[in-house]
Amino acid sequence: MNFKTIAMATTVLCLGFSAVTAQETPQAKREQMMKQIGGSVGALGAIAKGDKPYDAATVEKSLTTISTNIKAFPDQFPEGSEGNSEAAPAIWQNNADFRAKAAKLGNDADTLLASLPADQAAVQKAVQTLGADCSSCHQTYRMKK
Amino acid sequence: MASKSSKILAGLVVLAGVGAATAWALTKPSPRPDADWANLGTPDLVKGEQVIWAGGCVSCHAATGATGEAVKVLSGGRALPSPFGTFHIPNISSDPHAGIGSWTLAQFGNAMTRGVGPEGEHLYPSFPYGSYARMTPADVNNLFGYIKTLPASSNVAPPHELGFPFNIRLAVGGWKLLYFNDKPRVQLANADDKVKRGQYLVEGPGHCGECHTPRDALGGLKTNLWLAGGPNPEGKGSIPNITPGGKVKDWSEADMVNYFQTGFTPDFDSVGGQMAEVQQNLAHLPQADLEAISAYLKAVPAR
Repeated sequence: MNFKTIAMATTVLCLGFSAVTAQETPQAKREQMMKQIGGSVGALGAIAKGDKPYDAATVEKSLTTISTNIKAFPDQFPEGSEGNSEAAPAIWQNNADFRAKAAKLGNDADTLLASLPADQAAVQKAVQTLGADCSSCHQTYRMKK
Repeated sequence: MASKSSKILAGLVVLAGVGAATAWALTKPSPRPDADWANLGTPDLVKGEQVIWAGGCVSCHAATGATGEAVKVLSGGRALPSPFGTFHIPNISSDPHAGIGSWTLAQFGNAMTRGVGPEGEHLYPSFPYGSYARMTPADVNNLFGYIKTLPASSNVAPPHELGFPFNIRLAVGGWKLLYFNDKPRVQLANADDKVKRGQYLVEGPGHCGECHTPRDALGGLKTNLWLAGGPNPEGKGSIPNITPGGKVKDWSEADMVNYFQTGFTPDFDSVGGQMAEVQQNLAHLPQADLEAISAYLKAVPAR
């Protein structure tokens, strides 16, 4: 083994190591995803309440974030990631239903994207639909720490 | 000698009898006078429906997983876990046999406000009569009238599964002696009508304190920590502090009303846990009542 190979291997190892340490825990990752969903619902909510003027680009961006994040969300709960989180044990005990509830939000967001809410009233209706999805899942699968 | 010891024995028997009689007198079921339930008139069904949403009856008494109009079938059957065992929630639908369709108003009213069942027995405080005790007879009458208009169900819930000594119904009398009263939970100086209305809704029908106030080892509310939150009595996790000392201190009255109506917090997190059903019930209440609840929550002592 020459010096070059060793140097290369060391570099690869170091890169690999830093990649591992920089990787977030499943808890941090899914909380970040949910935070982005919350921010998007907040942007829609501001329009619904009339705090912000209607803006098609904001509506589209928000719905896209919700759709993208919620579809990946149910995969962020590997075995052993129960601790230090608001995830209820029911997520693992009743995983198919948990996934179905996430899928419902994804579908509802996609339906809204397909015919974008065009004014404040339409955004109000959209927020109601999405909000019902949020709480129907949080009712069973999120618990306050 | 024999006569002396028999005298002592007789004395002890008398003493024990007096003790038992005193204990019975202190802890026996205590319904309200019949006059409280007389002359209340025809129930106002619109108000009765508002009481059912304020009281959240459907959250326990509807079938598991019921949604939409189905929540109005008060068939019972849900299991309510607790540190003392599992309570199986009874049928309070209008069915005359399986439900409460054949009860008198006095029977219903004494169950609601005194925790006394139709046979004169103690009811377990998992049914929150410790809060409902503050309800007016008029509201009880309206609620009873409204419940009787809802569909009948023939479902019969299984008996409660409680460990010793909680399975002895008589012991509930001791619990009542320690914890039961119909007095205000907090004294609020200079409360205006709006705050008083909120106090009535929160401390009475709304029974918010049953979850949001921590309990001691015997299940009594630690009323010095009124609405201060604590461990979830039904399982894992915790119930938030909803006094101005909790996270809601930054919420405006309008934020609270919006939360009750839509389920969204000011930063657009959503309602969760058991509160999701509570919020769905509260969303049916008139705006003025929701504003009153919010004003009261702003007025209670910070904990």
